[in-house]
Amino acid sequence: MRLVFAAISGALFGTGLLVSGMVDTAKVRGWLDFFGAWDPTLAFVMGGAILPMALAWMMTRSRRPALGGSFPAAPEQKLGRNLILGSVMFGMGWGLSGLCPGPALAASTFNGLGGLVFIAAMALGMWAAPHLRARLSTPTPAE
Amino acid sequence: MPQDWILGLLGGGLIGCAGALYLLVNGRIMGASGIVGGLIDGSAGAQARERLAFLAGLIGLPALIVLVTGAPDTHLTGNFAVLIGAGLLVGLGTRLANGCTSGHGVCGISRLSLRGIVATCIYIGAGAVSVVLFRHLLGVI
Repeated sequence: MRLVFAAISGALFGTGLLVSGMVDTAKVRGWLDFFGAWDPTLAFVMGGAILPMALAWMMTRSRRPALGGSFPAAPEQKLGRNLILGSVMFGMGWGLSGLCPGPALAASTFNGLGGLVFIAAMALGMWAAPHLRARLSTPTPAE
Repeated sequence: MPQDWILGLLGGGLIGCAGALYLLVNGRIMGASGIVGGLIDGSAGAQARERLAFLAGLIGLPALIVLVTGAPDTHLTGNFAVLIGAGLLVGLGTRLANGCTSGHGVCGISRLSLRGIVATCIYIGAGAVSVVLFRHLLGVI
């Protein structure tokens, strides 16, 4: 049952990315192009997604997940260097390609060879991240 | 185009419902980079099958829809050096920051997580700098 609902969630997510136009790298880069031909579509997508999601978070207060287990713990408040450095790196790559992980995967069957090359490089980066994290945390134990 | 924002809201609503379903039924946060990254670095553990099912839906349904409607033009660059560099940055960055547009953006902001809000401001800012740098100054993209 968990697998069925995970697949349904993934399918809804992918369809949303397709319908909203977020698989189109021109639209994503257009959103980031504040000093060029700015495209506000991404703000509508974010707004449309945050609304049902906020309702869902409210509903987590008085119940448990339908298939058992427990809801994710309250978010950490500490920001930390990894969050900032990682988000800067992610943003640079996002602006460069117009792709983030969700749309890259949703469009993987119709993005040609380039889309697969991006996913391969992203997978390599994801594999390397724990090693970079370990390296970043060893020299300066402060934080 | 005026219909872009309508499709954006509609698609965004579907994304939000997907995240709400994954949270309320499976009890998990729908973050694309976390779901994939955990499979790659082995931290997914017992959740691996659930995550693979999610990915099958994420890749499978758009593939089927596109079979019927025809593939949209995604305007992806043909410059492989750009794609490789960007892919590495996105992969490393999202895992270091523990989230991307779906995890920090959609799921984080909607629960008013400080980390989600700060991360989203930073990656949008860095993305804007990236577009200025690589499009307007260097003309690479």
